[in-house]
Amino acid sequence: MAKRLSVIDIDRCVGCQACMFACVRRTGSAGLENSCIHVRSAGGIRKGFVVVVCRACPDPPCARVCPTDALTPREGGGVRFKANLCVGCYNCVEACPFGAALWDGHQHKPLICVYCGYCADYCPYEVIALEEVEG
Amino acid sequence: MLTNDPLQRVLYIDLTRRTFEVKERPELFEESLGGSGVGIRLLEEECPAGADPLGPENPIIFTVGPLVGLYPLASKTVAMFKSPHTGNLGESHAGGRSAVSIRLAGYGAVVIRGASTMPVYLVIDEDGVRFRDASALWGTRSSYTTGSVLRVREGGSGTRSIMRIGRAGERQVSYACVITETYRHFGRLGLGAVFGSKQLKAIVVEGKRTLPVADRRAFLKTYDAIFKAAVDSPLMQKYHELGTPINVIPLDAIGALPTRNLQSGRFEGAEAISGENLAANYLGRRVACAHCPVACIHLAALRIPYPNDPYFYKTLMLGYDHEPIFATGSMLGLDDVSGMLQVMDEIEVQGLDVMSAGVTLAWATEAFARGLITETETDGVALAFGDATGYMEAVQRITTQPTDFYRALAHGVEHAATLYGGLEFALAFGGNEMPGYHTGPACHVGWLAGARHSHLDNAGYSLDQTALKKGERLTPEGVGEALVNEERWRQVLTSLVVCLFARGIYDRETVLGALAAAGFAWNADDLDRLGAETLRRKIAFKQREGFDFDALRVPQRIVETPSPAGPFDEAFVRKAITHFRDTV
Repeated sequence: MAKRLSVIDIDRCVGCQACMFACVRRTGSAGLENSCIHVRSAGGIRKGFVVVVCRACPDPPCARVCPTDALTPREGGGVRFKANLCVGCYNCVEACPFGAALWDGHQHKPLICVYCGYCADYCPYEVIALEEVEG
Repeated sequence: MLTNDPLQRVLYIDLTRRTFEVKERPELFEESLGGSGVGIRLLEEECPAGADPLGPENPIIFTVGPLVGLYPLASKTVAMFKSPHTGNLGESHAGGRSAVSIRLAGYGAVVIRGASTMPVYLVIDEDGVRFRDASALWGTRSSYTTGSVLRVREGGSGTRSIMRIGRAGERQVSYACVITETYRHFGRLGLGAVFGSKQLKAIVVEGKRTLPVADRRAFLKTYDAIFKAAVDSPLMQKYHELGTPINVIPLDAIGALPTRNLQSGRFEGAEAISGENLAANYLGRRVACAHCPVACIHLAALRIPYPNDPYFYKTLMLGYDHEPIFATGSMLGLDDVSGMLQVMDEIEVQGLDVMSAGVTLAWATEAFARGLITETETDGVALAFGDATGYMEAVQRITTQPTDFYRALAHGVEHAATLYGGLEFALAFGGNEMPGYHTGPACHVGWLAGARHSHLDNAGYSLDQTALKKGERLTPEGVGEALVNEERWRQVLTSLVVCLFARGIYDRETVLGALAAAGFAWNADDLDRLGAETLRRKIAFKQREGFDFDALRVPQRIVETPSPAGPFDEAFVRKAITHFRDTV
């Protein structure tokens, strides 16, 4: 079965962004530039936080608008991304209502979650978890 | 340092000419890491002798360090400037997002020179600096408004920091603070007034770049060890659960909680203002600084009904910690939590340092009770311990300054008491108002002698309490030496910009391992050299600007009000300070 990253309980998020740093560290580097998960305040910290991450749609709109098949639907939900096919048209970014197709401003290509769950291992408050995609 | 580490880039901003440039200064960071170590060196370079703290010649320097963006719990920014509050070294540290944003925008330090001729705010990112018109923001009643406006107007939500001042900063109240991410502050020593003097309303810093590491495997291993220690170990648990107000009840129990202008070390309302009561009845949310899983920031949710409008309420979300609770709770005799939080909120609205504001108002209350001042001076405000309404009105007047008395209060308790009397109960140390401890002689020696007159310089309160637990009596020589040793090591931590709450996790071995993976081949001797040298440089800067260990004023109140350590006298304090001076 396909897995995806689920936001289990956003009200437990403290905004530490350990998940974002983990996503980048998975490739062995530091910083935040290539994180495929994004945490920001919900309009000021007093209102809490928003976790932006691919929810692995069964019929992903980002793939539908990709002109080069760089993004293709994954069996069971979500997408696979082939960077070498991507022409950086930005369609996917605009198509995702969650804003979960994040953008690498240097490479001009989207940053797409690979559903590995590495970030969830560093969430101390069980806000996010890797789960089976529900049918 | 790795040759491609952007830490070496120093961003110089000239507010007078509205220009900026980046200079590569690898030697600064290779020799002094960042934070306090690099900050004091840049201050030596930038701040001319005898500079007017509110003149264009006073620089504002922000520094971060090599571990920022790589490891958790290393997310503090150090600000260096000449303090308009003490007229000497200004050094203030803040959590929040600013350190990560500065480092990931590709800078190790930001130096701000000159002064603007109109209100501006700055937007700093990888591409440099944009100067934006802030004239419409200038004079807005609440500091919260500036945050709300810039949050919408500027981009980078999630990877940015918004530093801003309130009206207290605009009016150059000498202990005005800089607020960052709503709930963290460059609180002490008046950075907000320096912003105000330059007509600098806010700084937005946005950054999210990738950082190089020297040894990937070692980096990942060290990271996991630090992260696990932060999440699993009891070391951080107290900050994680109740936060710093966990100290209120234990301090009160030993008679070390400064109460009603330190007329006592015990507060009958301690239970009410304790971390336990606030967590049980007010805690609305816990939040974290960037890259810190501990989440020590506790926000109280306070619902306030409008007195004359049924079914109209406002709900404040207000950050609380031990120091604000001491300063607006026990020190002002406020055991009514709602009132205490509303005083704290008014201080936030104005953009004042809560510690200096609370201690200054505590002195004013006692001076009022003793008849040194009357309602003529206070503009009709009756100051009384336990009366939140009066304090809220007084806080507003510290900014608006309708009388000479409030103009004096706007320069802190030392200045006000010099004009109106009551110096013996004016609780300033080296010109800076006291923190929330009366544990014994070491805490007072610590903030008299410490380079920034802060309890965080050398933790004398911890020395007092350790001696108390062991049943030992402190000696002046022992206190002087222990404080210097602690303050030296803390220079290392604050050069790395590691949070001092994580000092138990970042021991020598961990620090060296973390540095090695980041490309800094340091050894234990290098750390000790940096600690001693940074403290020496700070003291030398202070002495250049007129600081004299022997001229420090010891407020009589601290030797009169019993402390848990038993009686100590001024001679003990002076002897310990002398020993501190000679050891440095």
